[in-house]
Amino acid sequence: MGLELKNLYDDFRDGNTIKAYAKIIKEDAKKLKNQINIMEVCGGHTHTIMKYGLPQLLPSNIKFIHGPGCPVCIMPKERIDHAYVLSMVEDVILVTLGDMIKVPGSNGSLQDARSRGSDVRFVYSPLECLKIANENPTKKIIFFAIGFETTTPMTAALLDAVIKKDIKNIFFHINHVTVPEVMRELIDSRDEHVDSYNNKIDAFLGPSHVSVISGSKIYEEFPRDYNRLVVVSGFEPVDVMQAISMIVKQFIEGRCELEIEYKRLVTYDGNLKAQELIERYFDKRDLFKWRGLGNIPKSGLKLKPEFKEYDAEIIYKDILPIGEIEDHKLCICGDILRGMANPPECTIFGTACKPTSPIGSCMVSSEGACAAYYKYGNLR
Amino acid sequence: MNKTISLACGNGGEENNELISKVFYKAFKNEILEKSEDAAIIHNGKLAFSTDSFTVSPLFFAGADIGKLAVCGTCNDLAMMGAKPKYLTCSVIIEEGFATRELDKIVRSMKKELEINGAIVVSGDTKVVPRGSVDKIFINTSGIGEVIKKGISSNNISKDDIIIVNRDIGCHGAAIFVAREGIEMTSSLKSDCESLYPQVKALLDANIKITALRDATRGGVSAVLNEWASQSNICIEVEEESIPVSDEVKGICEMLGFEATALANEGTFVLAVKKEDADKAVEILKGFPSCLKATTIGKITDTHLKKVILKSSWGTSRFLDTPSGELLPRIC
Ligand code: SF4
Ligand code: SF4
Repeated sequence: MGLELKNLYDDFRDGNTIKAYAKIIKEDAKKLKNQINIMEVCGGHTHTIMKYGLPQLLPSNIKFIHGPGCPVCIMPKERIDHAYVLSMVEDVILVTLGDMIKVPGSNGSLQDARSRGSDVRFVYSPLECLKIANENPTKKIIFFAIGFETTTPMTAALLDAVIKKDIKNIFFHINHVTVPEVMRELIDSRDEHVDSYNNKIDAFLGPSHVSVISGSKIYEEFPRDYNRLVVVSGFEPVDVMQAISMIVKQFIEGRCELEIEYKRLVTYDGNLKAQELIERYFDKRDLFKWRGLGNIPKSGLKLKPEFKEYDAEIIYKDILPIGEIEDHKLCICGDILRGMANPPECTIFGTACKPTSPIGSCMVSSEGACAAYYKYGNLR
Repeated sequence: MNKTISLACGNGGEENNELISKVFYKAFKNEILEKSEDAAIIHNGKLAFSTDSFTVSPLFFAGADIGKLAVCGTCNDLAMMGAKPKYLTCSVIIEEGFATRELDKIVRSMKKELEINGAIVVSGDTKVVPRGSVDKIFINTSGIGEVIKKGISSNNISKDDIIIVNRDIGCHGAAIFVAREGIEMTSSLKSDCESLYPQVKALLDANIKITALRDATRGGVSAVLNEWASQSNICIEVEEESIPVSDEVKGICEMLGFEATALANEGTFVLAVKKEDADKAVEILKGFPSCLKATTIGKITDTHLKKVILKSSWGTSRFLDTPSGELLPRIC
């Protein structure tokens, strides 16, 4: 295959286009009656916004609120401890995706586990587990599955292959989470935070990669039931600027709708085949704990009972630690993930808590809000 | 410090610095070491002395192999101090079962590279260890060079200097990733692995006023710039668009979520030269076939001391951080 990635990024990072959008937004924003707060749900957007310095281009009545972000940042220590324990089992090879191996649990990260002798590997695609299993017939391969709707179909595809090929040494630890549930939680939950953030989010920037799979339809309820508009946006700076411009236009015209900026790949229905695959293998969990946010109903997936023979959580039930782990008491990640606080407001930001020694989830993944502020600064 | 050493401690970035300062510098503390230059300047400033070990996998990749790397690496460290590489030592640790033919190939490419530098190997050591004790072969080279131009130091950069890079960046890191991960790609992507002494010599012969030189190996260009900013207590401002990056390297970065400035190089160096000489230095570098893209990339200011600022073509700025952690691809 020849590599022609150039046109993938060139146009969408073009300085003049970005400047042109900045100008349009500035003009339009003069007509706004109130400030608008736009929450980007995914850490990938936070990353883009900070890396390309987009807030510096926006008028003062348009603000970003950083959202709950990323399956990496929000993976609670309890689940990482599971992975850690599994990786320490004699004949196990623990496999997961990229960044996940850096996230600290209570005994350390998977990277630490590896330096202590366990066999931890990261792959680009879950299907690479097939090769690992084939090369290591005497070992048990446990795939520690993480990610939003984006990566779920790949996990399902792996299970599909495992079943069809009757492979006996691949198992799954499922940690997939879903986006609409956490968005709903941010607006809807009735805990002590409610009033302070409930009115703060005016619009959502939806991550395009999630909607490539699930379609834009998953956000329908937000304009309809919650009066929060949603624009599904790509991750390049031009995409984000265009999406912001679309949001501003909606406010000026008094609309509250679900729109797609990222028409290159996103449709209303999404990828039906992938959705069907997900439905075949997964059920919703009643509760899934998000690091920094706590338990959120129906926000996580698990294998359906009929696939229990592949479910590492069931097979290794006896050795997996149970019990809750508290977040660090100085860490305000919960507030940051809910859009109520900004990273520099945390008293240990950049001092006790840094990307090399993260304390809270927002510093853990390179796409967390704290990491992005630390790395890129908030230069004006 | 963590209780155990992780791979991230060898990344040339943040954790690596921590390991070096908290373990090695603490124990070995002395004036020469603390200068933290590419090579130590000893013997009344007359000699430069440096060592490096090579553990690359795979051993052979587009553009070079571990042998070429082992000679270039140490010679380049010497060259970066304005020294001409002269005498090298070579220690090899070989895993039992390693093919003699491959060893031969590696040594031949060392020989070729030594000739380019005009250096010779004057002492060596060979150990063979049981299977599994090392990954195929590890090579250590140490080198002594004769300082031709005194006073080159990354501690003296000031507002009179301009920052230059000798070629397009990130090729080595990208080529290694492609080779290691078996990414199928038909491209001309090759490691930039090359001896830098000829380039340094050309600059010195032309009397270019060089303040500092550093080859951007692990940690890439961003690590060099950050080290310089903090060692010289300055702010380096870089125009992002001016940094030369080939389409292939951009493509790899795009696929895996890396930044080209964090990728390793083996024949790319950063220069701080006096303003008045900047254009001439770029001209001289462009005379080398690998350096057609040599260019000015930044200037020195005092807006954010000890920091590197990257400016975009649409008028925003942000820090360019020292890379940290193992380079890992993003999740989605
Ligand atoms: S890894 Fe990055 S892009 Fe993927 S969901 Fe997390 S934050 Fe978003
Ligand atoms: S700086 Fe660290 S501790 Fe503070 S909120 Fe961010 S992640 Fe949590």
